[in-house]
Amino acid sequence: MKNCEYQQIDPQALSTPTPTPPPHAAAAESGNEQDKKAKRPRRKWEVFPGKNRFYCDGRIIVARQSGVLPLTLGLILVTSGLFFIFDCPFLVKHLTGCIPVIGGVLFVFVVITLLQTSFTDPGILPRATPDEAADIEKQIDNTGNTTYRPPPRTKEVLINQQVVKLKYCFTCKMFRPPRTSHCSLCDNCVERFDHHCPWVGNCVGKRNYRFFYTFIVSLSFLTAFIFGCVTTHLALRAQGGKGLVFALQESPVELVICFFSVWSILGLSGFHTYLVASNLTTNEDIKGSWSGKSGAEDTTNPYSHRNIFINCCSVLCGPMPPSLIDRRGFLPTEESAQTSSAEVETPSLAAKNEINVVGGSSQLACGLQDSPSPVPAPPNSHQNSSFA
Amino acid sequence: MAETHSLQDLQQPAVSSKVFIQRDYSSGTICRFQTKFPSELESRIDKQQFEETIQTLNNLYAEAEKLGGKSYLEGCLACLTAYTIFLCMETHYEKVLKKIARYIKDQNEKTYAPRGLLLTDPIERGLRVVEITIFEDRSIGSGR
Repeated sequence: MKNCEYQQIDPQALSTPTPTPPPHAAAAESGNEQDKKAKRPRRKWEVFPGKNRFYCDGRIIVARQSGVLPLTLGLILVTSGLFFIFDCPFLVKHLTGCIPVIGGVLFVFVVITLLQTSFTDPGILPRATPDEAADIEKQIDNTGNTTYRPPPRTKEVLINQQVVKLKYCFTCKMFRPPRTSHCSLCDNCVERFDHHCPWVGNCVGKRNYRFFYTFIVSLSFLTAFIFGCVTTHLALRAQGGKGLVFALQESPVELVICFFSVWSILGLSGFHTYLVASNLTTNEDIKGSWSGKSGAEDTTNPYSHRNIFINCCSVLCGPMPPSLIDRRGFLPTEESAQTSSAEVETPSLAAKNEINVVGGSSQLACGLQDSPSPVPAPPNSHQNSSFA
Repeated sequence: MAETHSLQDLQQPAVSSKVFIQRDYSSGTICRFQTKFPSELESRIDKQQFEETIQTLNNLYAEAEKLGGKSYLEGCLACLTAYTIFLCMETHYEKVLKKIARYIKDQNEKTYAPRGLLLTDPIERGLRVVEITIFEDRSIGSGR
């Protein structure tokens, strides 16, 4: 009986068809080399299913259509540049030297937060693995629909005594967590989805909402500040007698841009301040999820802490959630793992087995743990992504 | 006394099935997993053991997401530096995630692997599920 079982195990039979498998050690090495030459280890961002683009080897993530982001940056740079070049010298001479300092700080804040909003993962949920999707399918009562797209599947949960419907996402093959929405532009489910902002070229969600909020608040301060300074400059020049017309010729661009943007950006900041204070997202506000518009019952926001201060703190100063998509982790090399690990493990396990035939459960445990399952990426790979 | 462990068994333990512990949203969007004991694990592990594992995980995630003085301080400091400290510093959440990874590894080694089970860290599944892989029970039991 012993002999039969050992005879069955043939290293050559175990390995998946590789060209010419020579004896053990050589096979492992040449197999590895061949695989290495064939393909280098790939990172997960390279096979990401959503419509995103990645730069710097996965550190930076943007939506596919980031068309207006250069315009936003351009407007900010041009306006600020003109301000520093034309208005600052005059105002420093006639008023105070603090003006370029304040302007500089605001400008730096605006640019940094804009770039962070654009390049940070907004809270994308990775799609369900095939096993998970199959498990969910089993749980759903399938009445055997023959139509291409079955009717929308929903699941109801009770959140803080409020009934919330969770929708099934056909693309990501999972029930969306509460407050999660699928962005069609990026083709991803995003947690605490606020909106897809074309100016920023990315979705605004759980992870980058605070950057977005800081961006629009500091931008409104910056535009108001520049507008104020330009107006003061013009007023002083007109007083000085050199002529309003001459002064106007120098700074029409700034004036126009600032005038139009101040109102819209101030308005947007005010709106988002209201959303933060009531712990709402733009998506929920527009759909009227909690204001009772869509339903007849007395619906209240179940996520609100009922205190403006706590709401603000939890949205803006809460712990920074990690990125769930692990862009820079390495893909488990499944094909090469099957061939090389099968060949490499055979000699070591054979040795183990010969020494410890009467294996206790601990030996088996080691064997089980060494099995070729996808090795989880270590947590510090999350830290490696700089715009995580 | 002398068992015949087939080399094939040791090398490639077959995956019998996978159980997915879903999220529990009754307290909102915070990360919590359901503590309901799945029927597929009844023959493999104690209900109490399983519940203890899930409860500890829930507590760890609650610690990571806790709104308190420390997280507010971190948040305010980050805001003042235009969030650039996130590029250099490890956040509190990431520290707790490392703790969770160590706990899961520890639980796998001590409790789950001897019973032919494997816990997958939820972060590998986007914090959606706790995946428990059940391996085929061929040789366990004969060793005891």
